[in-house]
Amino acid sequence: MIKANIIYHKCIVYSTIALLLIPILATFLYSISSSWGASILPDGLSLDWYGQLWQDPRFLAAFGRSLLICIAALLLSTLLIIPLIFVVFYYFPKLSGLMNVLILLPFAVPPVVSSVGLLQLYADSSLQIVGTPWILIGTYFTIALPFMYRATANSLEAINLRDLMDASHLLGASTVQAFLMIILPNIKKGLLASLFLSFSFLLGEFVFSNILVGTRYETLQIYLYHISKSSGHFTSALVMTYFLFVFLLTWLASHISRGTQS
Amino acid sequence: MNDIGIITTQQSKKKIYDRLMFWHFKHFKPALLLLPFAIIFILFQIAPMLWIFINSFIFDNAYSLENYREIFDSAFILQGFGNSLWIAFWSSLIGLGIAVVFVSSLRQVDSFMRDWVISFTNMASNFSGVPLAFAFIIILGFNGAITLLLKKYGFIDDFNLYGQWGLLVIYVYFQVPLATLLLYPAFDALHNDWQEASMLLGANRYHYWRYIALPILSPALFGTLIILIANAIGAYASVYALTSGNYNMISIRIASLVSGDMFLEPNLAAAISVLIVLILAFIALINQYLIARSYHDKG
Repeated sequence: MIKANIIYHKCIVYSTIALLLIPILATFLYSISSSWGASILPDGLSLDWYGQLWQDPRFLAAFGRSLLICIAALLLSTLLIIPLIFVVFYYFPKLSGLMNVLILLPFAVPPVVSSVGLLQLYADSSLQIVGTPWILIGTYFTIALPFMYRATANSLEAINLRDLMDASHLLGASTVQAFLMIILPNIKKGLLASLFLSFSFLLGEFVFSNILVGTRYETLQIYLYHISKSSGHFTSALVMTYFLFVFLLTWLASHISRGTQS
Repeated sequence: MNDIGIITTQQSKKKIYDRLMFWHFKHFKPALLLLPFAIIFILFQIAPMLWIFINSFIFDNAYSLENYREIFDSAFILQGFGNSLWIAFWSSLIGLGIAVVFVSSLRQVDSFMRDWVISFTNMASNFSGVPLAFAFIIILGFNGAITLLLKKYGFIDDFNLYGQWGLLVIYVYFQVPLATLLLYPAFDALHNDWQEASMLLGANRYHYWRYIALPILSPALFGTLIILIANAIGAYASVYALTSGNYNMISIRIASLVSGDMFLEPNLAAAISVLIVLILAFIALINQYLIARSYHDKG
């Protein structure tokens, strides 16, 4: 009976995975087929579409812009969130309740709602950032915040912050030294895992870049949206390339966080 | 009694005073480190929220409820709300159902496979928005491989990916990985031997799920359902990419009111936004009530 159960459970797992894989595999098949008209299977196979993609200057530029914005946003997030969490946990533990509410705001207010306010506030003000990468860096910070805050806070809760700080003070370290040399290495893994994870979904962000910036600073997803109206095979090569990056980033994230557990 | 009361109030006053001193002087410099975060967070999160809230009450430069009246007078906007809520509700329910079956089976397979599947699910949860819409056009569009396959064997006459049912399929697709990742940790609460114990006492699989597993999981299930519904109501990229904004959903209405080609009505968009946040808050409140009740039942 137990054996029959295991087979049943494996069937469920395999079939769910299979269902989730269908669109991904279909896109992959489309990207390596020379043409695929109104038939169930493609007519022939080729890698031409990938070659064309990597020679397209518009793709390379859009991809570069996306990478640049994501890296800038994550750098900004790290510089703002790490000192914040340390100060909250070490000096003002009372604030952590408030922080737990604040980091939920990006969830409670969907990006399409947020962008209404952002567009009106910054379109005609002295802070002319609509249509520029700057507004994306700022909004991407709010997207990454909940994940990075939670991951880093979890690793800070796992170590004995106060004892470690007291011990390093006793040994003559300043607070800054103690933070950089003792605390930071301890939260590094959690932070890195959350950085890779945030990177992977920032790369797929479409709402803010479409509404706030559009074609004035074409990111990967905007380029993908416009190109998907023309050549299907070319687009699927682009989707698979993008997906490969996401795969790499999520794999790195899970690899790092698994290292933390063991 | 009175004396003690006075002493404790004095003590607590001293405590409050100490705390004020503590805040003002001792930790002035560390508090400065909070400033850059506060500025950016206010600029990109708080200020837009406040703008939306205030301007939803402004019509023709005067405070009024006209924007809200316009929403309830417009059959078009109400239809957008209706379509969004319909898809959000059903896609969340179906996605959650699939995820419960999936996770409960995933818990029973060996750990190597489990790790592998979780990594894959993590990755699949990123397959959303424009790339997802595109992939679905390939498999379920008018000339999609699966559409043709199903047509050939006579399962369907035609399938319109660009309408209600097509969108429901796509929404369910992106809800399942998210629901799986959210539910997976919650199944820690179920012990394997409980099922065996209940079987020994004569329960079948249905009894076990109805009277043991689901009641224990209910807070996690409700919580996950909320996140899924919020996720679906706010979703914009996939439906925009699929229908170029031609299918009437509330997120599409908002976006077209602030960045469309025709007349822009940002204040009307703000009022719709406030209603969306209210709907989400209302659902969250029901959730809190249900969770509180389910705990109460257990006690």
